[in-house]
Amino acid sequence: MRTILEGSKAVAEAVRLCRPNLVCAYPITPQTHIVEELSRMVAEGRLDAGYVLAESEFGAASIVLGGSAVGGRAYTATSSQGLLLMVEVIFNIAGLRLPVVMTCANRAVSAPINIWNDQQDAVSIRDSGWIQLFVEDNQEAVDTHIQAFKIAEELMIPVMVCMDGYVLTHTWEPVDLPEQEEVDRFLPPYDPPYKLDPDDPFTMGEMVGPDAYMETRYHVHMDMMEARSVIRRVCEEYREVFGRGGTGLIDAFDCEDADVVLVSMGSLLGTMRDAVDELREEGLKVGLVKVRCFRPFPKEAIHDAIKGSQVVGVIEKDISLGLEGTLCSEIRAAFCGEESPEISSFIMGLGGRDITKEEIKRVARDLAANPACRVEFRGLREDLLKGDERW
Amino acid sequence: MVNKEEKRLINLMEPGHTGCAGCGQAIAARLVMKAAGPRTIVANATGCLEVFTTTYPRSSWEVPWIHSLFENAAAVAAGMEVTLKAMGRYEKVKIIAQAGDGGTADIGMGCLSGMFERGHDILYVCYDNEAYMNTGYQRSSLTPPGARTTTSPPGKLSWGNRTRKKNMPLIAVAHGVPYVATATPADPRDLMRKVKKALEIEGPKYLHLLVPCVPGWGIESELSVEMARLAVETYLFPVFEIEEGVFTKVKKVKERRPVEEYLRPQGRFAHLFRPGGEPVLEELRRIADENAALEEGPVMLYGGIGAEP
Repeated sequence: MRTILEGSKAVAEAVRLCRPNLVCAYPITPQTHIVEELSRMVAEGRLDAGYVLAESEFGAASIVLGGSAVGGRAYTATSSQGLLLMVEVIFNIAGLRLPVVMTCANRAVSAPINIWNDQQDAVSIRDSGWIQLFVEDNQEAVDTHIQAFKIAEELMIPVMVCMDGYVLTHTWEPVDLPEQEEVDRFLPPYDPPYKLDPDDPFTMGEMVGPDAYMETRYHVHMDMMEARSVIRRVCEEYREVFGRGGTGLIDAFDCEDADVVLVSMGSLLGTMRDAVDELREEGLKVGLVKVRCFRPFPKEAIHDAIKGSQVVGVIEKDISLGLEGTLCSEIRAAFCGEESPEISSFIMGLGGRDITKEEIKRVARDLAANPACRVEFRGLREDLLKGDERW
Repeated sequence: MVNKEEKRLINLMEPGHTGCAGCGQAIAARLVMKAAGPRTIVANATGCLEVFTTTYPRSSWEVPWIHSLFENAAAVAAGMEVTLKAMGRYEKVKIIAQAGDGGTADIGMGCLSGMFERGHDILYVCYDNEAYMNTGYQRSSLTPPGARTTTSPPGKLSWGNRTRKKNMPLIAVAHGVPYVATATPADPRDLMRKVKKALEIEGPKYLHLLVPCVPGWGIESELSVEMARLAVETYLFPVFEIEEGVFTKVKKVKERRPVEEYLRPQGRFAHLFRPGGEPVLEELRRIADENAALEEGPVMLYGGIGAEP
C-alpha cells in the first residue's frame, strides 16, 4: 500500500507487520514517535503483542532480553543517551545469542547535550556484536526492519536498524507498506533453536572461565563474518517478494571511472547522489559508495568498489576523538598490505549541523585538487573556533 | 536409582555446585526451588549463587534458568512474563527473579522498582548476606551497623559500617506489592510455606531472606543455620508477612536472646567487643528493640488495597 507517512510511523507499521510478541521501549527524542505509534496500535488493538513501558532504556533492553530468551520475537527502539544506557545489556543480548531487533534513531551524544542528528551513538557501540544496518530513506527503513527480523533469527544475532534522527524519523515521505500476507510469507513465525521452557530446562548465561570464554567470542565473530552473506541473501529474497529492498552490504555508483569516490552512511546519501550528478555535469568524475551494513564490516565489498580510484573522501557524522572518523579508519584498514588510494576523513554534520549539497561538492573538488590523505572538520563556525569568549 | 523426573522433584537446584560448605544462600535457594516446583523459570542476577551453580559446562539447575547481568533480574523476568502471556504459554508457569542484597537494594533497585510498579506476576527473592560477598565482602546498603567489610573496615576513625540496613520490605510495600515476607533458612518449613503462598498470589511478590555467609561473616561453616536462628531470636532480623500493606504475621520469639549472642561468634563484629565499641552495640540493641515491637500486634504500614483505614 503506497501512502505518505512520517518515518517513525512507517517504522512502527513495519514492526507491526512483523508480528512481534514483545515490544518494550523507553521514550527518548527523536525515537519517541515510534513508541507513541506502537502504543496507539496496542491501544487500538491493531498490534497484538506484549507491551511494556519500561522504567529506563536499561530496563527496556533487559525486558526484551527476557522476552527473547523465552522464545518471543522482541523489539525495542532508542537513541543516543538511551543507547548508551543500554550498552551493558546490548553486549549481553549479543553474547547470549538472542535475535532482538532494535531501531536506533541516530542522535548526537552528550555533553554538551544535543538532541539532533549525528551517528556517534550507534558507531560507538560497533563492537557489541550487533549487526548494524544504516538506512538512507524511510522506504529503506521499512524494508530493512522486515529483513532485520529474518536476519537476526536465522543467525541468532541481534540487529540494530540505524536511521538518522529527525532527518528520517520526523520526515514525511511516500512509502510502500507491504501487505500482511506478503510479510507473513517472507518472515515465518520465529522458531527458536533454544529457549527457556519448563518442558525442556536449559541453563542460559552461565559463568564461563578462561578455559572456554574465548571460543564463545570466536563463534560470535565467525557467525558475524558469515552474516555478510546472509544479509545479502535476505536482501535478494526480499527483492524477489517485494520488488525492492535496498542493497545488501554496500551500494556503489559510478565508481568505475571515478577520479574521486565519496563514501558515507545513512540519509546523507540522498544529497550526495544529487551532488555527484551535478559534479559529473561539471566534468568531475565522482563516484559514490553507500555503506548500508556497518557491522559486520563489508571490508571486501568496499575495497573492491573503491580500489580503482586514486582518491577517496569519507564523509561521516561521528568521530573517534583523537584519531579520525571511524568509518574512514576501517576503510583504510581494508587496504592493509597493498597500495591504497588516498583516503581522507571528513567530519561533518555533528549535532545536527546541516550538510549542504554545496559542501559535499566542495569536498569532492578539494580532493580532486589536493588528494593528500587528511582529517578535516567541515562546516565549522569560525567565530566559535577560539572558544566562547564568555569563559 | 532415581530417574531424572524423580530427581527433579527432589532437588531442582542440584548439589555438586561449588558453594562454600555451610553457605546460607545455597540452603535457602534449594528450599526456594523445592517449594516453587519444576514449572518455574528463574532469572538470576550476577552473584555467588550464579557463579557457584553454573560454572560452565555444568549447571545445578533442573529448571529453565537465565543469568543476564547484575542489576536486571527483575527486568529480565518481567520480559519473560509479558512475552509468555502474549504467546499463550504462561499457564502453570511460575517466574522467580532472584538476587543478592547488592543486586536488589543497590544496583538492581531501578529494575526492581519498575517490576513492582508495573505489577508483573513475579516472585522476587532477595538473598541478603549483608554485603558484596561474591567480590570479597564489600559493604552494601543492606550491611548492618558495625559490620566490618573490606570497604567499611574498622580503624582508628571507624567502627565498621555506619549505616542501618535499607528497609527493602517496606520499600516493596510502598510500591503496593501485595505480598511481602521475610524468612531464613533456619526455619525451612516457614521459608517454603512463604514461597508457596507467594506463588499463589497474582502480581509482584517480595521475599527477603537472611542468608549467613561463612567467609563474609567470619563464622564456622557449621554455624550458618545457627546464626540465622540467632538473628531472628535476637530480633536483629524480624520475620514477618505483610499482605496488602498490613502485617498479618509477625514471628514471636519464645525466648529473646541478647544481641551479643548473635554478634560475638562473627568475625565481622569482633571489633565491637573491644573498648569503645559499646555505642555501636547500643545502636544494634535499639534496632532489636524496634523490631521486637513489631510483635505488639499487626501494624498497618501502608494504605494499600484491603487495608483498614
